[in-house]
Amino acid sequence: MADEPHNLGPLHHSTAPVVAPGLTFASVTDKISSIVLKRKTPLWWFLGFALSFILFQLLLLTITKLVFEGIGLWGVNVPVAWGMDILNFVWWIGIGHAGTLISAILLLLRQKWRTSINRFAEAMTLFAVAQAGMYPIMHLGRPWLAYWLFPYPNTMGIWPQFRSPLMWDVFAVSTYATVSAMFWFVGLIPDFATLRDRARSKPFQLLYGLLAMGWRGSARHWHRYEMAYLLLAGLATPLVLSVHTIVSFDFAVGIIPGWHATIFPPYFVAGAIYAGFAMVLLLTIPLRKLYGLESFITMRHMHNMAKVMLATGLIVGYGYVMEAFFGWYSGNHYERFMIWNRMHGPYSGYYWALILCNIITPQFLWIKKLRSNLLVLWLLSLVVSIGMWLERFVIVVTSLHRDFLPSSWGMYQPSTWDWTMFIGTIGFFFTLLFLFIRFLPMISIFEMRTILPDAEVEE
Amino acid sequence: MPQIFHHSTNALAKLTIYGAVFILVALLWIAVELNRSSWNTGQWVERQQPVQFSHKHHVGDDGIDCRYCHTSVETAASAGLPATTTCMNCHKQIWADSSYLEPVRESFRTGKPIEWIRVHDLPDFAYFNHSIHVNKGVGCSTCHGQVDQMPIAYQASTLQMEWCLGCHRNPENFVRPKEKVFDMQFRQENKTNDEIAEGRSLVTKYHIQPPNVLTSCSTCHR
Ligand code: HEC
Ligand code: HEC
Ligand code: HEC
Ligand code: HEC
Ligand code: HEC
Repeated sequence: MADEPHNLGPLHHSTAPVVAPGLTFASVTDKISSIVLKRKTPLWWFLGFALSFILFQLLLLTITKLVFEGIGLWGVNVPVAWGMDILNFVWWIGIGHAGTLISAILLLLRQKWRTSINRFAEAMTLFAVAQAGMYPIMHLGRPWLAYWLFPYPNTMGIWPQFRSPLMWDVFAVSTYATVSAMFWFVGLIPDFATLRDRARSKPFQLLYGLLAMGWRGSARHWHRYEMAYLLLAGLATPLVLSVHTIVSFDFAVGIIPGWHATIFPPYFVAGAIYAGFAMVLLLTIPLRKLYGLESFITMRHMHNMAKVMLATGLIVGYGYVMEAFFGWYSGNHYERFMIWNRMHGPYSGYYWALILCNIITPQFLWIKKLRSNLLVLWLLSLVVSIGMWLERFVIVVTSLHRDFLPSSWGMYQPSTWDWTMFIGTIGFFFTLLFLFIRFLPMISIFEMRTILPDAEVEE
Repeated sequence: MPQIFHHSTNALAKLTIYGAVFILVALLWIAVELNRSSWNTGQWVERQQPVQFSHKHHVGDDGIDCRYCHTSVETAASAGLPATTTCMNCHKQIWADSSYLEPVRESFRTGKPIEWIRVHDLPDFAYFNHSIHVNKGVGCSTCHGQVDQMPIAYQASTLQMEWCLGCHRNPENFVRPKEKVFDMQFRQENKTNDEIAEGRSLVTKYHIQPPNVLTSCSTCHR
């Protein structure tokens, strides 16, 4: 057992194994569950949680003020009526995509390396979608009437506008949130049972017991479980593509120059995965270190994620080039002006920063040595996250602030409350994340067991 | 290891899962019903007025025309409520010392109008106009019910948007000959095929606009 596990044969071309050698069923279970059940909560957890929770209060404050005063609180106004709220919505939704890709598509493709990061990435998805969902609802101005978005037999005698992509968004995002939540929960059931059996205090036994829904681990349970999990993976797979495609339709169906482009769906999906993997790296690199999870989340994972990031980054870069090319090639006055205005207009700083962050920086990922340096990788992920935020800023703001009629041109300046809302959602995101790593197994225990060498059946 | 949960909780768990579906559907149904109920719309609710004015007496028994009191109903958006002098035209002579009429006489002496409590009240963001309806053959009773039978006025329709649209989408089911607009006895809705066929011919005759115009949002939300 001491040397390279024999069952990982086909993966030998890669530098590092999926799990560190020497782990057994018992040690895996012990190590992961002890984070939740036994180990003393480390000081940094309290500090991190407190900080996130304080920032979270900023969100509550902003929302309260928003409900009383209306969305005039934000910097949005004609012509830029979609400011930070929509761009942050797209940003957060995009981040979620890595989780679904890792958990569903990589499962169906039998990529074993996904196992040690999928639970965490799914949690990230869920929490990011929660942040994203808040923006359009708050943007309604009367958030308590958000249920009007759903087609139900209302007293107005009309249906929502089914031809509007904003309507499709409602379905896309709510389906996405539901399927992600179910997938996550179903994946957790066997681990809840493990925690239930290992918990020593009655309240935790009860809590985890309730969540385990009577899981006993019988063959019949496992059989049904695998079936359900696979079905959910099948359901989630198209969502990776559909959700951001529809988010891109919010723009592409509009006739504003810079939005009305057929390239948007693939380019948005790639951007979403790009941003998502950046966020997974951003979070797992410190976490793995702090909890000493190097034997589960190995360098192999880091390399793979970096490669996915590089690949999607190139697609996104291609998107930018094509946008500029078609702007010019269309010969359309407004399209050409739009591209020119992006590069030279009042927001050109954002555009060039975006090119720097999203096209230039990821090129460093070609170099293996840099990919192996976790600090560099972390910083690159940070730059990509910022870059993807800038991308949405450029798309939303530069297109709207100069449309067809010069008389309706204007500038957009996010207000303080735009920023408190954004920072607040970051706080809320991390609050949820800290609670998650403290109370739930952040790595799937039972799935880890299946990829151990011990799980291999000799023929 | 001892079981944390008793065996029976299995059944309970299943029950909650299935039950949740029914509870959710039931809650939705209750919400939808409450939304249309008179508790929310004020339909059928009789409002006590400062004077015990009865349409049943004045319209049903005495046969006074609506326009005698609601003078602007054919010409303006608002039907208008009668001034105190209108009441005094008759009540100077008849029932001149009825105690029920004391607030009317006081209003007449002081010149301070009677403060009627509104029965129908559309939200301000919805635009309604009486004259167009009355002049295109929509009878008072279609919207207000049999006012001549009301000792106390109440709202006979929900006044919800779906109610307006129910007619704007199919005006032929409701329009009647113009001379019957104030007739409380005339049918409120065209039900049989013949009646609807008549309604259809009236729609053409009165040049009532097609549903796509009548249901466009800016017709009522201006
Ligand atoms: C003698 C005068 C008089 C006549 C005739 C009369 N009304 Fe009225 N109407 C009133 C007064 C006064 C009120 C306000 C008090 C009330 O609501 O009962 C009123 C109220 C109403 C209301 C409720 C208005 C609100 O507050 O929303 C309706 C509807 C109405 N009348 C319809 C009719 C119709 C239809 C006719 C003809 C069939 C008619 N009225 C004839 C005097 C009259
Ligand atoms: C066209 C004449 C006429 C007008 C105008 C008129 N009334 Fe009358 N009113 C009558 C008659 C007739 C009666 C008696 C009805 C009955 O008992 O059948 C009556 C009865 C009443 C009574 C009941 C009195 C009692 O002691 O029982 C009230 C209250 C009343 N009217 C209020 C009003 C008000 C308020 C107005 C003005 C909006 C008004 N009336 C306008 C003719 C009129
Ligand atoms: C198409 C439906 C409809 C018809 C037909 C109709 N009404 Fe109305 N009526 C309403 C509505 C809706 C209101 C409430 C208006 C508001 O709140 O702005 C109203 C309000 C009134 C009021 C209260 C005062 C006002 O104008 O707001 C009176 C009085 C009234 N109607 C009398 C009549 C009379 C008399 C007739 C017949 C000549 C008539 N209505 C025909 C729908 C109708
Ligand atoms: C029973 C039938 C009926 C009901 C109920 C009804 N309407 Fe109408 N409405 C009509 C008809 C008929 C016309 C005339 C259309 C035309 O002139 O072509 C009309 C016209 C109108 C117009 C003028 C349209 C224009 O083009 O200028 C407005 C505004 C309007 N209705 C508002 C309302 C509102 C608000 C309600 C509900 C509170 C309502 N209506 C309920 C039948 C109805
Ligand atoms: C025939 C008149 C009419 C037309 C046409 C109409 N509405 Fe309305 N609408 C109303 C009335 C009346 C109300 C108030 C209903 C109530 O108080 O329950 C209303 C209420 C609403 C409300 C609820 C507002 C609130 O804050 O409660 C919305 C939203 C609305 N309408 C949207 C629309 C849209 C969108 C369209 C076009 C597709 C439209 N309406 C066309 C008459 C109309």
